[in-house]
Amino acid sequence: MAKKVPVLELLNLRVGFPGAEIVKGINLEIHEGEKVALVGESGCGKSLTAFSILRLLPNGAAINGGQVIYDGLDLATLPAWQLRRIRGKGIALILQEPMTSLNPVLPIGLQIAENIRAHETMSRKAVNERVIELLDLVGIANPRERARMYPHNFSGGMRQRVMIAMAIACNPRLLIADEPTTALDVTIQAQVMDLLEDLCSKLNMAMLLITHDLGAVAQWADRVAVMYAGRIAEMAPIRPFFTGPRHPYSQGLLNSSVEDDWHYTDTRLTEIKGTVASSAGEKGCAFAPRCPFAAAECRGAPPPLEEVRKGWLAACYRREAIQALQEGAAHVPA
Amino acid sequence: MRAIGKVILRTLLQAIPTMLGIVLISFILLHLMPGDAVDAIAGMSGSASQETMHAMREAYGLNDNIVVQFWNYITGVFSLNFGQSINYSAPVLDVIMERLPATLILMLSAFVLALMTGILVGWGMAVFAGKWPDRLLTSGSLLFYSAPNFWVGLMIIVVFSAKLRWFPSGGAESIGASLEGWAWFLDRLHHLVLPSVALAAFFMAIYARLTRAAMLEVLRQDYIRTAAAKGIHPVVIQFRHGLRNALIPVTTVAGLHLGNLLGGAVVVETVFNWPGLGRLTMSALAARDNQVLLGILLLSSVAVIVTNVVIDWLITLLDPRIRA
Ligand SMILES: Nc1ncnc2c1ncn2[C@@H]1O[C@H](COP(=O)(O)OP(=O)(O)OP(=O)(O)O)[C@@H](O)[C@H]1O
Ligand SMILES: [Mg+2]
Repeated sequence: MAKKVPVLELLNLRVGFPGAEIVKGINLEIHEGEKVALVGESGCGKSLTAFSILRLLPNGAAINGGQVIYDGLDLATLPAWQLRRIRGKGIALILQEPMTSLNPVLPIGLQIAENIRAHETMSRKAVNERVIELLDLVGIANPRERARMYPHNFSGGMRQRVMIAMAIACNPRLLIADEPTTALDVTIQAQVMDLLEDLCSKLNMAMLLITHDLGAVAQWADRVAVMYAGRIAEMAPIRPFFTGPRHPYSQGLLNSSVEDDWHYTDTRLTEIKGTVASSAGEKGCAFAPRCPFAAAECRGAPPPLEEVRKGWLAACYRREAIQALQEGAAHVPA
Repeated sequence: MRAIGKVILRTLLQAIPTMLGIVLISFILLHLMPGDAVDAIAGMSGSASQETMHAMREAYGLNDNIVVQFWNYITGVFSLNFGQSINYSAPVLDVIMERLPATLILMLSAFVLALMTGILVGWGMAVFAGKWPDRLLTSGSLLFYSAPNFWVGLMIIVVFSAKLRWFPSGGAESIGASLEGWAWFLDRLHHLVLPSVALAAFFMAIYARLTRAAMLEVLRQDYIRTAAAKGIHPVVIQFRHGLRNALIPVTTVAGLHLGNLLGGAVVVETVFNWPGLGRLTMSALAARDNQVLLGILLLSSVAVIVTNVVIDWLITLLDPRIRA
C-alpha cells in the first residue's frame, strides 16, 4: 500500500476560546487515500479540531498554536486568499446537520455549482453538466430537475447526499466529515456511509471521519484516533484497536457499545464513571479521575503518546501494568 | 404577474368587510366631533344667518339622519362616487387624485431611501459588530428612532436650507419658474430631497437595526460555514448567503411599516408645505370637510392592503420555502 505520503499533518495543534483551551496539542497525520476515524465523547474537541483545519472556527475560537500542514503549507498561518484556494478544492468539509448546512434560499444546483466555479474556469454549461453528473453520482434520481429545487424539497438523507456532491465537486484529496450521519435515521445512516466509502475508493480520497458510531469505524476506517478532553488518548490501526485497545478510555468506549451495533452514546458511557468535565483542573492524565486503574503516577503530568507497536500509540502511564493485569485475569482457570 | 393581479383582487374583496368597518367607525367619529363644515364656513365668513346655514346644511344633506347619511355615502362609494367636497366645491375623488401623485412620490422615495440606506447601514453595523463603527451607528440610529419626524424635518430645514442654503425649505417645485424637461425634473428632485430624508429617517433607523440583528443571526448559521468551506470569496458569502437571507425578515417588517409611512407623510408634508394628501388632510380637518377625510381614510386603507399584498409577493420571491 502506498500510504506513506501524508495529505494532512496536524502538529501539536492547540485550539481554544479565550480562557479555555479545548484542543490541547494534537498530532495526527492522514495519508493519501487513508480513512481515519476520530472518536470521543461530546465536547472533547472533535469538531473544533475539524473546523480548525480549514480555519472555519466559530466566533471567539482561535488556533493558539501548532501547525496544519497541507501540501507543504501551514494552513494555520496561510494568507486568507491562499487558503481559499484549498477550501473546497484540496480539502472539503461535510457538516453534521444537513437541515441547516445548506442555504435555504438558493437552489441546490447553484450551491454545488458555486464550489466548482470558485476553483475552475468552465463554461456555464459545463458547470451545469458537472452538477448533474455529481448529483447522479451521489444517487439522486432525476438530477436535472432536482438541481433546480431548494433544500426544503429534500429529506435529511437526500440533503446529506447533496452536501456530499458539493464536497466532492472538485475531487478533493481530503474529505473531512463531522458526524455526517448523526442526524439521520439508522437505515439512511448506512446508505450514506456506503456512499462515502464508495466515493473514497473511486476518487482515491482520504477522509477524516468524526463519529460516535464504532460500528461504522470497525467496518470502514483504516485507523482510529480516540480523543479525550482535547488530547489523543490512543491511535491505532483498526484490527488491534477492536481486539485489544490499550487505553482504559478506549476500553470503556468499546465496553459501553458492544451490546448492539457498536454505537456508543454519552449516556451509555456512564459505565465509565463521571464525565469529561471531571478532568477540569486535572494536572496529570485527564482521564485519571474516572479511570479504574488510576495510580499516583497518573496525577503528575499528562501522559505522552507512546508507541505500543509500530503505528499504534497510546497515552497511558500504566498501560503495561494494565495489560499484565488483564492478561493475567484472562488466564485464571475457572 | 397575472397571478399577482388575481391575488390583489381577491385580497381586496376579502378586505371589503374591514374597509366597511373602517368607514363606519370614521363616519361615527367624524360626526361625534362638535361642529360641521357649515360652522367652519360661517366662522370664516364672519357672519351668517341661521336661515342661510340651515339652507346650506339642507343642500349638503347634513340635516339628514346619520343612518341615512351613511347609507348615501356607502352606496355612493360602490359606484366610485365619494361625495362632494364642501371646501373645494369639487368631487372628492378629483380633489384626492390631484394630490395623490405628490404624496406617492414622497412616500416612494422615502421608502426606497429608508430601505436602501437602512440595509446598507445595518449591514455595516453587523460587519463591525461590537467595534466602534457599530457603536457609533447604533447611537446614531437610536437618535433617529426616537426623534419625532416633525422635529427632524425642522432641524433639516434649519441646517440644509436656512444655514447652508443647499435645498429649498418647502414646496414641490420652484414657483413661477415654468421649467421644462431636465430642468423641471431636477427642480422637482431638488425639492424632494429634504422631505424624503425627514420622512425616511425614522424608518431608516428601524431597518438598519433590523438588518443588523438579522445579519448577525444569519452569519451564525451552518450554511455560512458551508459556503466558506467551498472557498468562495467572503464578499460573495456576505451578500449571496448572508444578506440574501437577512432580507427576508427586513422586508416583512418594512411591509408592516408602510401604513406608518403614510401617517408620517401627513406630518412631513405639513412641515415642508408639500402639496399632497397630508396637507389636504390638515386643511380638510380645519374645514370639517368630512367627505374628503373619509375619502382619504378609505384610500389609505386600500393602499395599505395593496402594498401588503405586494410585500407578501416580494417575500415569496425572496423565500422559496413559502412558495411551495
Ligand atoms: N464560547 C465558548 N467558550 C468556551 N468554551 C466553549 C465555547 N463554546 C464551546 N465551548 C466548548 O468547546 C467544546 C466544543 O468542542 P467540540 O464542538 O469540538 O466538541 P465535539 O467533540 O465536536 O462534541 P460533539 O460530539 O458534541 O460534536 C465544548 O467542550 C464546549 O464546552
Ligand atoms: Mg461536534
